[in-house]
Amino acid sequence: MAVIPVERKPLTLLERTYIPQIVGGLKTTLRHLFRKPITLEYPEVRPEIPKGYRGAPTLVYDPNGREKCVSCQLCEFVCPPKAIRITPGEIPADDPNAHVEKRPKEFEIDMLRCIYCGLCQEVCPEEAIWLQNTYSISGYTRDDFKHNKAKLYEMGGTLPDAHFKWDKKKAAEQAAAHGGHH
Amino acid sequence: MFDFYFEIPHWIRLIIQGLAVILVLFPIAAACSMAERKVAAWIQDRPGPNRTIAPILAWIPGIGFLRKLGLFQLAADGGKFMFKEDIVPAHVNKFYFVAAPILAVIPALTTVAFIPFGAYLDAAGKVVPLILANVDVGILAVFAISSLSVYSVILAGWASNSKYPFLGAVRASAQLISYELSMTLSVLPVFLWINGPLAGEAAGSFHGTLGLARVVEFQSQPGFVGGLWFGFIMPVSAFVYLVALFAETNRAPFDTVESEADLVNSFASEYGAFKWSLFYVAEYCHMIVGSAIFMLLFGGGWNPLPWVTLADFASLIGVAHLPIVTGLLGIGIFVGKVLAMIFFFMWVRWTLPRFRYDQVMKIGWQKLLPLSIGNLIFYAVAIALLTK
Repeated sequence: MAVIPVERKPLTLLERTYIPQIVGGLKTTLRHLFRKPITLEYPEVRPEIPKGYRGAPTLVYDPNGREKCVSCQLCEFVCPPKAIRITPGEIPADDPNAHVEKRPKEFEIDMLRCIYCGLCQEVCPEEAIWLQNTYSISGYTRDDFKHNKAKLYEMGGTLPDAHFKWDKKKAAEQAAAHGGHH
Repeated sequence: MFDFYFEIPHWIRLIIQGLAVILVLFPIAAACSMAERKVAAWIQDRPGPNRTIAPILAWIPGIGFLRKLGLFQLAADGGKFMFKEDIVPAHVNKFYFVAAPILAVIPALTTVAFIPFGAYLDAAGKVVPLILANVDVGILAVFAISSLSVYSVILAGWASNSKYPFLGAVRASAQLISYELSMTLSVLPVFLWINGPLAGEAAGSFHGTLGLARVVEFQSQPGFVGGLWFGFIMPVSAFVYLVALFAETNRAPFDTVESEADLVNSFASEYGAFKWSLFYVAEYCHMIVGSAIFMLLFGGGWNPLPWVTLADFASLIGVAHLPIVTGLLGIGIFVGKVLAMIFFFMWVRWTLPRFRYDQVMKIGWQKLLPLSIGNLIFYAVAIALLTK
């Protein structure tokens, strides 16, 4: 490895008085004095959330209004701080989504435990759980921080879907039942 | 119109005048703490305290401007200092613990008596300085009394009976005493100049004084040298005085006394509430008085510009025959200059990092003191040569 000797020049007399450096520093701070603040006045002005931000985990509907979660509980098992608790439930036979078979009866995320790692989103085979924009979570009691199913769907809303896999599956099954082949 | 005022006894008038000056100085010193926070914020590209307001006041239109300046934050802070519980820790020496902040404020507010804070033109067109006590000891009295403030720091540190306040007090006493020497020596050339042989020809039957009003009078003379401020004639004196002033008022970069990283809050660590705020008001009073002296000695006092005296300026804008207007003008110019100095203090504070304690001592004893002695000798010789 090449050794580069760095020459350390002794300070000149002017430099040893500190004055040129002090004047330089004063000039810099004076420039900042007249600059516009770069801070946001937070509660009124909110920061722009970048794409892919990992905020609070939420549950989403597909564009047809079907809740995407099928309560497979993969997120519950992968969650490192064990923040997720799912109570699975059957979908009754008279429901238009009966072919999906299952959906959560209750879905609870304890935001005091959540570490926003995003593993639940990564592991979800249904793309039902998403870490979205909510970054500020407040409450007066510990229970306020336990987001239940209703709250999670309210925060999540509807996200576009690229696959409609359950609709395709149903259509394929119906086609097969009519004797057709695909 | 104001005749009734001159009919009340002289001593009551003196008390009223004294109170009036203190009632202006104290709030300005307190407001400096908010100015400090705002300047800090602006230098750091943020808006600073700008939200506090009493709900009733918020209805007044146009008050948002004052709110943005943090004026109500200042009132809230002041109210908090007044009313919060004033704790005296169990392990302190109570008498001296209580005495220290009082001793800090008294000299800080006393020195202003010797400071002319403006001037007006009387009926004869003569410039009369506005001053509480126009005594000949002037600068000597200011230095004597303001140096007493070191006792408050030592007492606070010692009475607190804990290690960081004690260390802070030791540092403070060493620092204040070290820089007092250079400070005093740096102003001597000014008084040599105005009292020495050079003054004889200019002032006729003048007998010599250490009064500060006389220094400004000397900077208001006609002619090229006569109208020149002493800051231009004696730049080294002005520089040494300024550096020593930063050290004497414990301001950055010489604020080793309260260096929170190594001394918590130094001598004020055990203090809280109103007693704590008294220390800080005293510090700002010292800054104001020190800046006022700087402006009187080196910055031309109430003269708006070099070679443009207050009298010239007043006749230029046509108010020379109105004593009240010229008085307000003089006070305005002088207070404006002092506040500009205070801004400079804050500007420097948010620019420079703190010197290490050994560097402070080295600068004081090995750099500033020889410089001020050499400066004094230079001007003594120069004045001797100029008079032949």
